[in-house]
Amino acid sequence: MKILDILFRYVVAFLALLLFWQIGAWALGPYLLPAPMEVLEAWTLSLQDTVMRGHIVSSAVRVIAAMVLALAVAFPLGILLGYRRRIDRYVSPMVFLTYPLPKIVLLPVFLTLFGLGDLSKILIIALTTGYQILVVTRDGIRQLDARYLDAFRTLGGTPSQLVRHVLVPAALPSAMTALKVSSGTAVAVLFMAESFATQSGLGFLIMDAWGRGDQLEMFCGILSMSLLGLAIYEICHIAERIICRWKRLENRR
Amino acid sequence: MSENRLRVEALSKKFGKNDVLSNVSFSLPEGSSLAIIGPSGCGKSTLLAIIAGLASASSGRTEMPEHWKTAFILQDYGLFPWKTVRDNLALPLQLRGVGRSERFAAVSSMLKELGLEGLEQRFPVQLSGGQRQRVAIGRALISRPDLLLMDEPFAALDAITREHLQNLLLQAWQRRRMSFMLVTHNVAEAVFLGRHIMVIGGRPATRKLWLENPCFGNAALRNSDESFALMRRVHEALEEPASPAPEEETNS
Repeated sequence: MKILDILFRYVVAFLALLLFWQIGAWALGPYLLPAPMEVLEAWTLSLQDTVMRGHIVSSAVRVIAAMVLALAVAFPLGILLGYRRRIDRYVSPMVFLTYPLPKIVLLPVFLTLFGLGDLSKILIIALTTGYQILVVTRDGIRQLDARYLDAFRTLGGTPSQLVRHVLVPAALPSAMTALKVSSGTAVAVLFMAESFATQSGLGFLIMDAWGRGDQLEMFCGILSMSLLGLAIYEICHIAERIICRWKRLENRR
Repeated sequence: MSENRLRVEALSKKFGKNDVLSNVSFSLPEGSSLAIIGPSGCGKSTLLAIIAGLASASSGRTEMPEHWKTAFILQDYGLFPWKTVRDNLALPLQLRGVGRSERFAAVSSMLKELGLEGLEQRFPVQLSGGQRQRVAIGRALISRPDLLLMDEPFAALDAITREHLQNLLLQAWQRRRMSFMLVTHNVAEAVFLGRHIMVIGGRPATRKLWLENPCFGNAALRNSDESFALMRRVHEALEEPASPAPEEETNS
């Protein structure tokens, strides 16, 4: 019943969006904003085309690789900084000084350092998302109730067991939330990174179609990129629900 | 040391300039129990934490046989919210490298003993206060401790659940005969669960009374004149103004 209810509300929201889009299309005319049904039709057709599928795969691989890399580096580092106050004292000023910097401005630097291939794009996305995961994970560990550390000490485990049984599970909910929230930023940075010096990816497709004045193809690209963002968000959301089931039960009370 | 007992000698604790505990001494033989009772915030928990090795004493010392294992039940049970009942119970064994099948068997028999069967896949947040405390007791007992330390273990429970769990603890003790110490501010609980009862109080807290308790562990004596008389003595000691530290008594 609950799932049907959620599904119903999502369908209603989707139809409402289509309606707004359609009204906009009527108001602005087909050149500025193609009608939704027209775009959906073209998009469905384009999916049968290997070129479009290739762009989608390129973009998806880049953004997913970047988020996995961000999590793999930032999560352990966040735990380290949150738990080891002495290290945190020296490292966190550096983190917080650079945190507000828009990392995307480093894109030219990355292109110079790491070349025009996928590496520079993956690294710039990973840097952007990694910062958010790092800061949130660190705070999550710092706010960890000291009684769990006491309880673990009474059981007499080793430091590596502490990491496995206490610190990682305690920090996972905040890290998963950060990952989910930063997925929007990740896709935005992906678009920027793909919009020049490359021939593949949805960012390229969109900018290329825009340059050629092909509104329909441009909107197919925009739609693909939106759906990619949505898919990544939902994957993070589902992973969070599975991995942090205890947290959800706690919040429900 | 030839005797199997816990010895606490002239223990004092300061937090900064603040004297919390002063010159507390006692000894607890193997297989016996001690209830420590005193007003809130008097340093009872600190005393227990020092014995458990979670805190250090400012002076004095605690001694126990080297082979003794201790287990500690914290005031708020200290269960890990991200682990199920089964995983919480298995953790002490897992930390010690006990194999999976052995762990499974030990946890299953503990679930049965504590009446937690059917709850093993639940998370602590899905349990009642009494059930959570059972899990905490189980997690402490599963490593077969020689000395079980408990900091106000039943304080958060309603009267009926509290009595159930006191009985459960006593049954566990009858099966295992480990030594145990509990800190409480409930006089009736001290009289039911303490083979010895120690009243501490004052600022800094010192030992005010040491009692041998004939009513220990006897459910039939729970409401007897004898146990009421003991409770009255404990009450009086609790209300007494602070007095100098008493001489070491023979307590066995």
